[in-house]
Amino acid sequence: MLLLLFALLISSNSAFQSDELLLDDEEFGLEGGRSPSIDLTLSSPSPPIQSHVHIPPKPTRKRSLDSESDSRVQFVLEHALGDSSEFSAAGTFTARLKASANGGQILTKLRFSRNDLTATEKEKFKKLLEDDDFYRIRLPSDVLNASGRDYVISSVKARCLPKDGLEEHIIIHMEGVNILAVSYGSHGACQHPRKLRFPSKWSFNSHTILKYNDQAPRTPTFSEDIGGVEIGDDEGVKPLERSFWAKYWMYLIPLGLIVMNAVTQAMNMPEEQASGAAGAQPQQAVGAGPRGQNAAVRRR
Amino acid sequence: MIYCSNHDPPAPLFFLYSSQRNPATDLEQPKSNLIAMAMAIKLSLLLLFFLSSLIPTFSLFEDQVGFMDWHQRYIGKVKHAVFHTQKAGRKRVVVSTEENVIASLDLRRGEIFWRHVLGSNDVVDKIDIALGKYVITLSSEGSILRAWNLPDGQMVWESFLSGSKSSKALLTVPANLKVDLDSPIFVYGGACLYAISSIDGEILWKKDFTAEGIDVHQLLLPDGSDVVHAVGVTDLSQFDTYEINVRNGGLLKHASASFPGGISGEILPISSDKFVALDARSSILVLISMKEGQIDLQQTHVSDLIHGSSGNTVILPSKLSGIFSISTDTFIAFIKVTNEGKLDVMQKVDKMVVVSDALSLSEGEQAFALVQHGDSKIHLSVRLVHDMSSNHLKETVKMDHERGYVHKIFINNYVRTDRSHGFRALIVMEDHSLLLLQQGEIVWSRDDGLASVIAVTTSELPVEKLGVSVSKVERSLFEWLKGHMLKLKGTLMLATPDEVAAIQKIRLQSSEKSKMTRDHNGFRRLLIVLTRAGKLFALHTGDGRVVWSSLLQSLRKSDQCTDPTGLKLHQWQIPHHHALDNNPSVLVVGRCGLSLSASSAMSIVDAYTGKELHNMGPAHSTVQVISLPFSDSTEQQLHLLIDADKRAHLYPRTPEAAEIFQRESENVYWYSVEAEAGILRGYGVKSSCNLGVPNEYCFETRNLWSIVFPSESERIIATVTRKANEVVHTQAKVIADEDVMYKYVSKNILFVATVSPKASGPIGSATPDESLLVVHLVDTVTGRILHRMSHSGSQGPVHAVLSENWVVYHYFNLRAHKYEISVIEIYDQSRAENKDVLKLIVGKHNLTAPVSSYSRPEVTTRSQSYFFTHSVKAISVTSTAKGITSKHLLIGTIGDKVLALDKRFVDPRRSLNPTQAEKEEGLLPLTDALPIIPQSYITHAFKVEGLRGIETVPAKLESTTLVFAYGVDLFFTRLAPSRTYDSLTEDFNYALLLLTIVALVVAIFVTWVLSERKDLQDKWR
Repeated sequence: MLLLLFALLISSNSAFQSDELLLDDEEFGLEGGRSPSIDLTLSSPSPPIQSHVHIPPKPTRKRSLDSESDSRVQFVLEHALGDSSEFSAAGTFTARLKASANGGQILTKLRFSRNDLTATEKEKFKKLLEDDDFYRIRLPSDVLNASGRDYVISSVKARCLPKDGLEEHIIIHMEGVNILAVSYGSHGACQHPRKLRFPSKWSFNSHTILKYNDQAPRTPTFSEDIGGVEIGDDEGVKPLERSFWAKYWMYLIPLGLIVMNAVTQAMNMPEEQASGAAGAQPQQAVGAGPRGQNAAVRRR
Repeated sequence: MIYCSNHDPPAPLFFLYSSQRNPATDLEQPKSNLIAMAMAIKLSLLLLFFLSSLIPTFSLFEDQVGFMDWHQRYIGKVKHAVFHTQKAGRKRVVVSTEENVIASLDLRRGEIFWRHVLGSNDVVDKIDIALGKYVITLSSEGSILRAWNLPDGQMVWESFLSGSKSSKALLTVPANLKVDLDSPIFVYGGACLYAISSIDGEILWKKDFTAEGIDVHQLLLPDGSDVVHAVGVTDLSQFDTYEINVRNGGLLKHASASFPGGISGEILPISSDKFVALDARSSILVLISMKEGQIDLQQTHVSDLIHGSSGNTVILPSKLSGIFSISTDTFIAFIKVTNEGKLDVMQKVDKMVVVSDALSLSEGEQAFALVQHGDSKIHLSVRLVHDMSSNHLKETVKMDHERGYVHKIFINNYVRTDRSHGFRALIVMEDHSLLLLQQGEIVWSRDDGLASVIAVTTSELPVEKLGVSVSKVERSLFEWLKGHMLKLKGTLMLATPDEVAAIQKIRLQSSEKSKMTRDHNGFRRLLIVLTRAGKLFALHTGDGRVVWSSLLQSLRKSDQCTDPTGLKLHQWQIPHHHALDNNPSVLVVGRCGLSLSASSAMSIVDAYTGKELHNMGPAHSTVQVISLPFSDSTEQQLHLLIDADKRAHLYPRTPEAAEIFQRESENVYWYSVEAEAGILRGYGVKSSCNLGVPNEYCFETRNLWSIVFPSESERIIATVTRKANEVVHTQAKVIADEDVMYKYVSKNILFVATVSPKASGPIGSATPDESLLVVHLVDTVTGRILHRMSHSGSQGPVHAVLSENWVVYHYFNLRAHKYEISVIEIYDQSRAENKDVLKLIVGKHNLTAPVSSYSRPEVTTRSQSYFFTHSVKAISVTSTAKGITSKHLLIGTIGDKVLALDKRFVDPRRSLNPTQAEKEEGLLPLTDALPIIPQSYITHAFKVEGLRGIETVPAKLESTTLVFAYGVDLFFTRLAPSRTYDSLTEDFNYALLLLTIVALVVAIFVTWVLSERKDLQDKWR
């Protein structure tokens, strides 16, 4: 049951995509919440609205120094249009660093602002659509250190993106402050014979989700001795008690047979006596008891 | 007994199954995919549930062993051999091998008397025989010394020698040295010298050489003296000899002499007081002689000794007293050392000659053997040390081409009937086989290359054609009848023990199973295995015999290819429709050298004859081999070989293949795992290579995605994918309440397990708080992480198997101090709405829509963990032709056995108290641990020593799967995870069935006549 609940929880998390425009509201941060997976969903329907917040798209980070536990980080999404082109800045993620419950830091309140596509980028994107080529993005693997180890790259066939505008769906898998992987794609399905279609609006409609690690589920009955999880009720144990029938059926069936046999025999006795008295079948009456009994059984 | 058996969706059939030897049963739960049908069979389900509360097993009766399984025992490439022929009733030789096996072999027939497989981390360094009854082995770099009883192989004693630093491992067993009624053994290991009692393995004394900084090369014990000489080198430039009292380990004498030239290689003893070594540049031979406690060095230029020699000089390790041998680029020279310390070249022989150690015949007489390779024969000559000029014995033995060159030789002498010396030689060949030569003949041979299988594939046998029946003429009718009478007797339990044995023999020898043609059920196949020696073997699945073997030219040592290793074995051509005239063939890919960037070697081998059809010499490097799901008009599979520069090379190199590939190249993706860096990368094909010369079979690739695991918290320890040829019967899974779940069936799922760096060591090296196991399911086309989950307090090693929509993996839980098996099943939510029958009929469903990896997957996962008692060496899963039959996990346990575990036991949907509907479905109540039922070991009484892998191949019969487990041993069997519901067993007694029918007919007539008569009587009354 718990397993099912857990599964439901996960599925609802990933299935539900709020399209509510979330501004800088403070109660969204799940303060002190120890949720195994923190999914922050937000969408920025039109980038120009937010683009004034962070204008310089440089691969740098800013930390507001107001408090240790609640500092801001910024990292840049870069994209490449086609094979030959280099990666260039395409948008900025902002998030808050927070100390997590089990030590280390995690990100919360992720916000994303997309830069406008420039004219050359639009041209390049059109070319991608025509060639059915890949649109590639990348993020630094370490959000605190943009020039860090490596970039996580993701790509999608450009033709998957256009709907009304350009729909994108970004899932960022995190491990502490490191970005493990980014899943990038269209918001919905991408039909297989990809048709060439140009968007009516050349702006991105972004949905972002931040994902942390899930703890593997284990049925609590057995994990109490390993994980220290208490379960008070003994509901988990009682159902193991089998019913009387389930326990003793192997004795009961032979017993039933014996009883049935005895009953049959008992019923035969009077019948035999009756037939003996009537004398309707002398040759059988003369015969021994067992034979008579057999005959009776056969008649049945 | 009557059983109602399995019903599967395509044809729900019930039939009566009659046999009196049913090891209690199992009946599998149905996997119906049609909801409507679920209603119809509900009643029968109830019945099924009643029966399936019993646990499924594969138990086997004693007389069925060897009926459809075979087991072969091997030892591997022999490193050392010690003969023991005195006194013992049976003549035997004790060998140690590169697979870390110690075995005692019968000298007459080559059979294994006894054998011990030490683990892969317990490498055997030296073996010897002590006291004439113990086999002494030194292993693990001289830190473990064991004595085994020679006749039966029981361990007598074991000593752990804890050295302070790693060093050479040396073992000296003096022939006749007595110290206080004890015969000590001298061992040098871990920079310490030990004297160990050969009776009980107790350490008598220990002398530590750590402080001296000496690297001891030889331990010598001159006959009759009670002084051990340890000869070694300090700082590569100073010779040191230590004389040590055998009684108490006291240092008697120490002498040293420095040699500024430095030395390379080993110091070789010539006699008890003379040694020879080479200087660092391999140009000067240094003769070291000890006289009255002084070391005297004599230098001789190799070029002075052997005119025209050109570098690469090596002293061969053969110990020939008074002489030694050096090998140069072109030849081997035997050099005699005179008493005055002069070096004389005695003879030069060809470079391919292999030399044995010297063997003392009688006092002062010593002999050694030389083997020279000729054209399809080898020449063995035995020479006496004091008289090199003539051969004491010269024999020529015909030798199979496919065995390659001789690698090693060990000789032994015996007294002939005419009281002269006879010699027998044990030779190790290039293909790792072991042969015994005596009197110019091969007395026996062992294909021990099969102990190191690295890749397995299968091939169909040829179709039986009319008129050219391969099988023998059927036995006469009388024989046939006799056989059936015997069988009948057996079933009616009337047979005498002799007759039972006869029945068993008939059964095992049934020519049916070892025929060389394709059979209707697909049980007869060729197992094609590639061994570490670069030899390809074809084994018949019926009886395990070697049909052909071929030493691949491309994987032999040559000037272009100095260090060849086999890598992969793929099916190259699988004739089906248009190309039935061609024989199937396999592709072997190897690498010349140890580094990833070494050039690769390829061969295409005919699967029926073993002939090498093509042989592509050193080419580009190969990191990965990808078998593409396309084939050309001659049914040749397209393969992509990825080189170290991430270029893709297409094979076969035909314009047709290039055209097919160009057409499909847009949908070709692959990934690489950089385990050290912790990065997964995905690639796609871009354009043709630009290497100066136009090459239409080479393609540039581009990086499409990457996943970077943070090096401070995660390290990749295991990656597993689905088997490429796996068949999934149905996408839907009917669960309780007639609900349907859709499996997320994708060929592109990759399972990745990572652990925290601290926990990547052996179990126990990290605390539960430090260790974290994280498992990921990654889509290899887009690089999406479909599922990610962590097990805290757990660590590797992780063994996993991925099949259909589930992955099962095994790891260690540090908190519970137990091994665990976990399962993840992944389901597709986007198809979950297709439940309405009406919609299905109208066609408003998306079940037939093409699936694109670029669509955002809506998946949901279920998972559960169970404790498992054993640690595991390999995990595999059964596979059947259509994927209908339920699956069993095949778990290679630490005891080298293979356990079959029903997949139902690791169902994540198991709950503590399943509902009635779930029970009907066959869901088992949740338990803490997975049961290990002794009857479900498919290897029954056998052990597959050194188990490394388990391969499963579907037979044509849906219920059956062929299982091949390999390690040092080979084991093959046939499994029916849901019992053979689609055929009668082979030992089904048709005669008994006929007899029963006849008896019934007779009984009907008799009773009819009787009842007629009774009726008549009744009427007359």
